[in-house]
Amino acid sequence: MGFPPNGELALDRIEGLSKLTGRERYVDDLAVDGCLWGMTVRSPSPRGRIREIRFDQDIDWSKFIVVDHRDLPGPNEVKHIETDQPVLAGNYVRHVHEPVVLLAHSSRHELRRAVQAVTINVSEEPAALDFRVPPTPSQIQFGGDNVFKHLTIVKGNVEQALADAPVVVEGTYQTGAQEHIYLEPQGMLAYQEDGVIVVKGSLQCPYYVHAAMMHALARPADRVRVIQAATGGGFGGKEDYPSVLALHSALLALKAGRPVKIVYDRDEDMAATTKRHPSWVRIRTGVAADGRLLAQDIQVLLDGGAYVTLSPVVLSRAIIHAGGPYHCEHVRIEGKAVFTNSVPFGAFRGFGAPQTLFATERHMDRIARAIGRDPVEVRRINLIRDGQTTATGQVIDDGVDRDALLSQALTLSDYRAKQAKHTAFNAGHPYLRRGVGVATFLHGAGFTGAGEVNLDSVVHVAAMPDGGIEVRTASTEMGQGTTTVFTQIVADRLGMSADRIQVPLPDTARDPNSGPTVASRTTMVVGRLLERACDDIRRQLGLPDDARGDTIHSAVRKWFATPRDGPLIGTARYQPPPGIAWDEVGYRGDAYGTFAWASYVAEVEVDLRTWTTRVLDFVAVQEVGKVLNETLARGQIQGGVVQGIGWGLMEECRWRDGAMENAQLTNYIIPTCDDTPPVRVAFVEVPYPHGAQGAKGIGELPMDGPAPAILNAVAAATGSDPCTIPLIPERLMELLLA
Amino acid sequence: MKVACPASLPEALTMLSAEPSAIPLAGGTDIMVNWPQRLSAHQERYLDLSGVMELRSIRWTDDALILGAMTTYWDVIEDGQVAAAFPMLVDAARQVGAVQIQSRGTWAGNIVNASPAADGVPVLMAYDAIVVLESTAGRAEVPLADFYLGYKDLRRGPDQLVTEIRIPRRSYRFHRFQKVGPRRALAITKVGVAVTCDGDDWRVVANSVAPTVCRCPAIERRLSAGALSGPEDLLGPIRDDVSPIDDIRSTARYREAVLARLIYHTVQDAASSLNPHER
Amino acid sequence: MIVPALDSAMTIEFRLNGEPISIDIHPAERLLDTLRYALRLTGTKEGCAEGECGACTVYLDGLPANACLVPTVQVRGREVRTIESLDGATLQPFLTGGATQCGACTPGVVMTATWIRHHPEILARHSIRALMAGNLCRCTGYDGIVDSIEAALQEDVIE
Repeated sequence: MGFPPNGELALDRIEGLSKLTGRERYVDDLAVDGCLWGMTVRSPSPRGRIREIRFDQDIDWSKFIVVDHRDLPGPNEVKHIETDQPVLAGNYVRHVHEPVVLLAHSSRHELRRAVQAVTINVSEEPAALDFRVPPTPSQIQFGGDNVFKHLTIVKGNVEQALADAPVVVEGTYQTGAQEHIYLEPQGMLAYQEDGVIVVKGSLQCPYYVHAAMMHALARPADRVRVIQAATGGGFGGKEDYPSVLALHSALLALKAGRPVKIVYDRDEDMAATTKRHPSWVRIRTGVAADGRLLAQDIQVLLDGGAYVTLSPVVLSRAIIHAGGPYHCEHVRIEGKAVFTNSVPFGAFRGFGAPQTLFATERHMDRIARAIGRDPVEVRRINLIRDGQTTATGQVIDDGVDRDALLSQALTLSDYRAKQAKHTAFNAGHPYLRRGVGVATFLHGAGFTGAGEVNLDSVVHVAAMPDGGIEVRTASTEMGQGTTTVFTQIVADRLGMSADRIQVPLPDTARDPNSGPTVASRTTMVVGRLLERACDDIRRQLGLPDDARGDTIHSAVRKWFATPRDGPLIGTARYQPPPGIAWDEVGYRGDAYGTFAWASYVAEVEVDLRTWTTRVLDFVAVQEVGKVLNETLARGQIQGGVVQGIGWGLMEECRWRDGAMENAQLTNYIIPTCDDTPPVRVAFVEVPYPHGAQGAKGIGELPMDGPAPAILNAVAAATGSDPCTIPLIPERLMELLLA
Repeated sequence: MKVACPASLPEALTMLSAEPSAIPLAGGTDIMVNWPQRLSAHQERYLDLSGVMELRSIRWTDDALILGAMTTYWDVIEDGQVAAAFPMLVDAARQVGAVQIQSRGTWAGNIVNASPAADGVPVLMAYDAIVVLESTAGRAEVPLADFYLGYKDLRRGPDQLVTEIRIPRRSYRFHRFQKVGPRRALAITKVGVAVTCDGDDWRVVANSVAPTVCRCPAIERRLSAGALSGPEDLLGPIRDDVSPIDDIRSTARYREAVLARLIYHTVQDAASSLNPHER
Repeated sequence: MIVPALDSAMTIEFRLNGEPISIDIHPAERLLDTLRYALRLTGTKEGCAEGECGACTVYLDGLPANACLVPTVQVRGREVRTIESLDGATLQPFLTGGATQCGACTPGVVMTATWIRHHPEILARHSIRALMAGNLCRCTGYDGIVDSIEAALQEDVIE
């Protein structure tokens, strides 16, 4: 039917016009009859026993719905990986802004007055606020040292190899927290319908929310329903937190007998919800005179905040990526996550890998400087080759020429020529200094190890009586292009035109659990499942494998000629790629089905009058399996790079009592349009046989490279050795004046 | 909350003298920040100046440029005559917020809001601007350099309205405003300085380094005294004139070091006649 | 026209998206609240309430302004335009250029971008990036937005 075969369809964003014209409806846009607003009263204290909750006499509380921990029908636990986080604090608080009391009222203004009229009195206990410092006895809240997760990767004999190494280079690297600043703040609507509690809101993982609600509300699966509303950005910030918000709005709705909507104010969202885990990484590397890595001894420490949330998995990904894209025979990577009384940390694009890759890539430049070699050549010597193993013993054998990738980035960025120009420029200018810096890295897509098997994802593709096709998954569109890519994949696989294909927003009442929308898995893993579900439709219709378009339509029409009580549903369930083996106890084996690879180059200009760093040019080259949609893929890389620029140079979280003091968009600085250069993107494709149309995941990859590339460039420009991000001007000044 | 909406200047002054606690509301870009949460602000009384058309004017006399109180940053940015005579005003205006703020924010509002980080005030002050205040009792003129008595303490009586800002026409050998913020737009100044030289006299006005925007007489004297060998030459005068602090946006040490470097290099640029309006 | 100072509702008249409108407002209302909740024009978004993100960009007398910082009482007698007044047919360059991802910043971006498109002479004195700096985006990294504006301007010249 004149339809491009073999995955060459690239669509304009399906919901793009709706977004461009302002017609897309996010949770705050939904008008619901009789709906109340909900708000949260929070702990003022980082740790202690709640002594008293006082309600001001000036307010007529009978006009408000008031909810506290006693209103939980089930356990007062938010089910994430663990169940340590209460839905509402009972008699104890562990961080500033911990939710204690919920209020609802028809007037948002009255609600604000009421929130200010509730006082939570806490008998304070010593709070652990600096994760880098061992806790004092009175600050211990778990085990003997507050460490709640400890993972180790061992390969070879690192102590011996370090002892034998001609040169040992040591470095300590720190990364700060990062706040997501999705432009749509967190929001959730809850209401009851036919005995079912329904939540509809801004979220990434409908079934995470569903499970948390079943648990804390003590309801079976069919009495809880989760529907995604159009979601204005997530980046991981709406992976686990919406479970909290859904339970809050649901509790209010259940008590009120009316719908309740909670939408966070921006400063509340910034201060009270999760952020990227702060990290401290120490690396000791034994190197040969030519720069070959002989031994890597890496210690990783993450600030685990007040509750576990997703920290164990962040730590896991952090240590697996800590060795970088390099080969080394002797490696030990030890990671710990430690409790503090900070607002809990959670998922943020990259999920631990940006933290350790920042350290690794700064350290490679430090190694180069220590042995007097070119940082590019030190990388080249060590880039892992096919047939070699990673730190976990995974054999890399994907046919990707990582050396050529690096060369391509250098060529596109005009690296050598710029280096020469900068030498002259820097010698002549009174206060400007320019430099270029490189980062080479990798990112494993999908869940680590046995994670995808445990998720046991299922998708449905439904052939409807009207000739349309409905895609049914739990994967959410939050700007990254799920709707469009799924439409493409299904259109390609069935040989049908895109306008026949619908990808409705996920609804747990209708859609199977295809897993969370995280870990760069949506195109690669869930997309692949959609292809197999399409094949299942053919099989159910008794059609040959190459049946497409009109042939399928006719068969579907014939199928519906017999009365049916629903659509024809093609199904697929996750199957791991053959030959993948992961040892969860020994932390060895195939951590991911595949890795994507990248080389990034940053060019910066530092103004020595103000110590401000400006990124003049940025080149991002990555090998991604297959690009399904150039505009969407390029947009993912560019967006991730700019988030990385912000994390590396501007996005400082200032802390007071473990909570964000600068929780205003005025004071937490993300890049504007005028702060970043055009991000020049190039893709290399070596198809991954187990990803949809050969694709690897790319959503998180671009987060890993910018910060180290930029700091390497600043080091080149100024002769400094920055090891902490964000490298705000005040910090660079201290380095250069020291 | 009450909002009075005068349609003329005499009406506005009458309303203000009847209700001196009323807060004049110009563009709203300071007063309205985080408005829903600032519950006590909803209890105040406001005098909305947006209907007073006499205040929206830019006019010239032989010896001055006169900005009406409701003149916005954008009005100045897009006025070629103002840009030619007083380019520092345009430099500063372009660095306030972004276009959405520039289209609403007023120079007078910036003066009366009296933030130590105000960006409009330093350039006006360095151009020797005069604040014109009116009330039902009459008219007064106060040099902007004398307008601030202390943090948020202005020489404005509660029944007085700033109606005009007068900027004397003068030929400048050199005029340059530099703002250092955490990013290139939407930035609250960490340290800023406006420097002018009319051939004989220097004016140096700094923001974000003291409780008020202020002239820096010790720095001005030092610049008049002769060539600088480096930024260090300015540290003594800086410490005489200003008192930067550590706060949520920056540190005292950074502000002081940057101020010295900005002024030093500005003066070097002036001496070597590099383009003084390079951003 | 003198509007008396009242403690509760005031009636104001202005032009909204080309049509005259008369509406009762509370003196403390922000234009953003009037648009989104009183008039159910939800295309204009609230991202921060501080005038930083630009998601609430509307035109006030033809110039972009943050509706979260405009007291509604101040639009009396004036001209307000929102995203709902733009013709979707003119937005193809933004669709193909990748200007939108999650869409939360998008209406504000489109408003400012369309203003630039309607006043291309302004680019003699201002860069696109400087003019768009008041619209924060967290998804696109801004290239999709700037590229789309450049493509749209070229298209406008050809037409």
